[in-house]
Amino acid sequence: MSGIFTILRKELEDHFSSTRFLLISALIVMVGVIIASMVGMGIQEELKGSTKPTLIFLFLFTSTGKLFSFVQFIGFFGPLIGIILGFDSINRERISRTLSKLVSQPIYRDSIINAKFLAGIVTITVVLVGIILIISGLGIRLIGVVPGSEEVGRLGIYLIISILYISFWLGVSILFSVIFRSTATSALASLALWIFFSFFVSLGANVLSDMVAPTPVGQTRPSPETIMKQAQVQRIVSLCSPVNLYTEATSTILNPMRQTTKLVFVGPMEQLSMMRFQNPLPLLQSLFIVLPHLISIIAITLVCFGVCYYIFMRQEIRTV
Amino acid sequence: MEGRFIIETEGLTKKYNSYTAVNNLTLRIREGEVFGFLGPNGAGKTTTLLMFLGLTEPTSGKVRVSGLDPTREPLRIKEKVGYLPENVGFYDDMDARQNLRYVARLNRIPDEISSRRIDELLKMVGLFEEAGKKVGTYSKGMRQRLGIAEVLVKEPSIVFLDEPTIGLDPDGTNRMLELIQSLSREKNITVFLSSHLLEQVQKICDRVGIMIKGNLVAIGPIDELAQKKLGVEKGHYTLEEIYMKYFKEV
Ligand SMILES: Nc1ncnc2c1ncn2[C@@H]1O[C@H](COP(=O)(O)OP(=O)(O)OP(=O)(O)O)[C@@H](O)[C@H]1O
Ligand SMILES: [Mg+2]
Repeated sequence: MSGIFTILRKELEDHFSSTRFLLISALIVMVGVIIASMVGMGIQEELKGSTKPTLIFLFLFTSTGKLFSFVQFIGFFGPLIGIILGFDSINRERISRTLSKLVSQPIYRDSIINAKFLAGIVTITVVLVGIILIISGLGIRLIGVVPGSEEVGRLGIYLIISILYISFWLGVSILFSVIFRSTATSALASLALWIFFSFFVSLGANVLSDMVAPTPVGQTRPSPETIMKQAQVQRIVSLCSPVNLYTEATSTILNPMRQTTKLVFVGPMEQLSMMRFQNPLPLLQSLFIVLPHLISIIAITLVCFGVCYYIFMRQEIRTV
Repeated sequence: MEGRFIIETEGLTKKYNSYTAVNNLTLRIREGEVFGFLGPNGAGKTTTLLMFLGLTEPTSGKVRVSGLDPTREPLRIKEKVGYLPENVGFYDDMDARQNLRYVARLNRIPDEISSRRIDELLKMVGLFEEAGKKVGTYSKGMRQRLGIAEVLVKEPSIVFLDEPTIGLDPDGTNRMLELIQSLSREKNITVFLSSHLLEQVQKICDRVGIMIKGNLVAIGPIDELAQKKLGVEKGHYTLEEIYMKYFKEV
């Protein structure tokens, strides 16, 4: 542990005083506030006069409104936060030759990488907690509902999953900053992986499901069994992407009307009316459903960090 | 020359795949001496220093620095050794004081103690006036001087200097050389320096070692080597003559 707090402190100072941190926080706050106000005002209109359904507060985060929901936004944009915080963490020090200085001080070498990882996680946590508090504050004013303990609990779990998810991307980008000597290369590699997981896995899932369960020749429409099978294959393949893993987990946690993580073909307003007759899934049950997702996200984050750690500890640190 | 041996190596070898960077090096450095480590580019000087610090593992052989094994107890060695690498790097967006303070903290020196020490060191290397500037704006020579200050922040008992006077102006060079000598004389700090500037080495080093292609071909006080190699008495030779003689033989 020797030296880890000193490095952590410096890294945090670096993060919080950097322009890029300022930019991403500004962007997240802006988008978050816009989405929340739109959704909040929408709910205000819809619910004039009627009693407020349970768990309405979570709609602030899950309702897509006219654009996209806040949860979707973090699912897509979150990786970029992790990448921006980590892509040059090791190779920048290598280029400026401060890494060889660090390792000749009486600190364990792993303190360097641990501190960098920790500093990133702390920064991510600060950003996410901040924006969730801002949205909640805005929501309380707009809808006039104070979130109950169940909603707070769900938001807490959502927060934890999000921190883990963004930390995975932080791990990916730190790994690339260990492997590649140039900061441009490590940034591009991280971005490429992000784009791959965000777009191409879903695309690949479509193609693969068509191959596994093709629509029989001669028929214009696939049979219900084929559709089911295709959906199943698509789901399995798309869960190979951390992006989909995250989206599925968070929408289950924040949307207790969804009984499973499988496809649900209803829009937000229909859901709202359905909610009046359905009982929401208890928090514990929701948690149970997303447990595999949660474990997978933790596992890939740990693997990523482990590989990074292993390579970094074995690298010879000579002036480049 | 009395004093215990503070650096000892025996049969120290470092191979990169099949290439031997350091071959069977046996060496003893006394506490408080100024030792000059000479040799052409690629001779293995930096590699040797890295092995002393535990930053590179030797392929075979034994090293003891201050009685400690660098591979086993690198941290305890790094507490005692100040290392100035060939090209020093700094955090360019921090000023000189912040850079020094960071290194002091990494050495677990409380800020109250390091503050005064940092000011003293900045005065000593002649950067006190410019201490508030971002290091990114520093000239090559200023960076080199800051590097020396940084090495001394932890109050080391041994310093490894890789090309310490490179990029310094004549006045800066002289002050650096005086500083190095005073470290040895006044504080009994062992100085192990590698350099290509033989005139400077001759001025300040008690003993020199000449390394060529990974082999230590000569070691001893400069006078002794002169007598042995050139057959001349004290004061009638330059280190360069001795060095070139060895160099041509290999
Ligand atoms: N990681 C490495 N892999 C392969 N060869 C290496 C590695 N590091 C150093 N070498 C080789 O070891 C030899 C010794 O290098 P070293 O840096 O110790 O030389 P030097 O004496 O410090 O030279 P200079 O005076 O130029 O600083 C060189 O030939 C170099 O190419
Ligand atoms: Mg060298």
